[in-house]
Amino acid sequence: MTNLTHLSMSDALDGLKKKEFTAVELTEAYVKAVEAARPLNAFITETPEIALEQAKASDARYAAGTNGPMDGMPLGIKDLFCTKGVLTTAASHILDGFKPAYESSITANLFRDGAVMLGKLNLDEFAMGSANITSYYGPVLNPWTGKDPAAAERKLVPGGSSGGSAASVSGRFAIAATGTDTGGSIRQPASFTGIVGLKPTYGRCSRWGTIAFASSLDQAGPMTRTVRDAAIMLQSMAGFDPKDSTSVDMPVPDFQAALTGDIRGLRVGIPKEYRVEGMPAEIERVWQQGIEWLKEAGAVPVEISLPHTKYALATYYVVAPAECSSNLARYDGVRFGLRVEGKDLQGMYENTRGEGFGKEVRRRIMIGTYVLSAGYYDAYYLKAQKVRARIAEDFAKAYEQCDVILTPTAPSTAFAIGEKQDDPISMYLNDVFTVPASLAGLPGMSVPAGLAADGLPLGLQILGRPFDEVTLLRVAGVMEQAAGAQPLPPFCR
Amino acid sequence: MSQDKATLDAKTVAKIAHLARIKVPEEEQAHLADELNKLLGWVEQLGEVDTNGVEPMTSVAAQTLRRRPDQVTDGGYPDAVVLNATDAAEHFFSVPKVVE
Repeated sequence: MTNLTHLSMSDALDGLKKKEFTAVELTEAYVKAVEAARPLNAFITETPEIALEQAKASDARYAAGTNGPMDGMPLGIKDLFCTKGVLTTAASHILDGFKPAYESSITANLFRDGAVMLGKLNLDEFAMGSANITSYYGPVLNPWTGKDPAAAERKLVPGGSSGGSAASVSGRFAIAATGTDTGGSIRQPASFTGIVGLKPTYGRCSRWGTIAFASSLDQAGPMTRTVRDAAIMLQSMAGFDPKDSTSVDMPVPDFQAALTGDIRGLRVGIPKEYRVEGMPAEIERVWQQGIEWLKEAGAVPVEISLPHTKYALATYYVVAPAECSSNLARYDGVRFGLRVEGKDLQGMYENTRGEGFGKEVRRRIMIGTYVLSAGYYDAYYLKAQKVRARIAEDFAKAYEQCDVILTPTAPSTAFAIGEKQDDPISMYLNDVFTVPASLAGLPGMSVPAGLAADGLPLGLQILGRPFDEVTLLRVAGVMEQAAGAQPLPPFCR
Repeated sequence: MSQDKATLDAKTVAKIAHLARIKVPEEEQAHLADELNKLLGWVEQLGEVDTNGVEPMTSVAAQTLRRRPDQVTDGGYPDAVVLNATDAAEHFFSVPKVVE
């Protein structure tokens, strides 16, 4: 029998329809894989009983012919999505013991379509990080290790914040996973682990029931092994939700129908500002190769300019902390999670939040509190909002000349745990290519583009016009084809 | 940028920490001030961008906020509301005494 955990989601769906195996068999194979992958620390909570229960129900639906579009697919759920009755932590001490009384709209949509939940995946605390090292539950390891035997001993990060999601999909112990992306948290880990990661347009997927970090930026999306799988999963996740005031009420196109392979005449913007100083030659090489692939398929590269690119990170690190300081005000030891007693109510608040939040989260709340405080609001927050408008305007102008934009996803391959931790800014630079599109609310996707000389995966990022995920997926499909079959990570060999 | 920006000292850090309701032990304040200053110094580069006449971007959603009839559409389940409270009594959240 074929190795069930190595099938793509589309192949597994075919296999179930053809009765080559059952949903229970598929889920059992994944439950075993999850157990075997414990050394990677990708799951905070495993839910094998729920998974097997859901798989049984899925088999009944296949027998009755009432199976949904994702029926029987064993997923990992980033532990930022509230799941009814199942511990939901945001990888933070402050949410100790929190079991939501409700289901997030995203997981509800996935379950409606038949998906199975293997468990809740590790992440950076409150999705704040780019290496999955800020989790209260410890770091996640990348299933990839370097080529050089000495480097293979180093423990590499899977990227972040959706590090558990990326590791589980790449390491073949979840067929796909949900991610969330605020400044690159789906795309950068996808690049670091050699998988596909899609951040939809802001408003495409409901934020209801997803623990908020920065509300004007947060967006959920699929993390999968193939482009087709991303199309299948986005189809289930997307859609209007009256419970989220920023969810957009517009029809959801047929994403799989986008995968025609035909990109003839499509104009691909190559932003000159993305050639950043000190970028490794390897990244430049892979980027050039991506341009060649699309050219061979009939697309036309166009040089474009996004002049405010260099200000995107600084803008982000005002806007996101400001929103986070407001969103995280709700963790006060009263309604849920941790409570640390104090001499009075104020003392209880301060002790709870002092102990409950990790270092990076505290730092961001403090920065946010400062830039929103009287006397500094205009100089920092209002200024950043204005620069954000400039950045969005750059993209609007660029899309007069091109249909999609091609860039590297991240400025490096996966690094080791402990690196880039000397100061926060060097960690923030990981998101230099992903943050601008987040600020503009645009859809973006990372597609595996092969291995760098160090034997680690690298992704290329495709950015699209608002709500044009269809074109993104079409280009991604062409790139996937051109890149050819990707090797398995060493962890699975 | 503008002159109303201050360099944070330990005292300001203590004030921000209080505003944020986060306990920061005194011995950590100086180090944190140093870190926050580095970040704020780095953010100063935004001053280079000409934003005269630019409207601040408050939302990327290409729509105005939806309205709905002012009707109750949810609720009526107090058990679920207090389900995760550390200290709940008769459908109330309990906190340390605030009135003397």
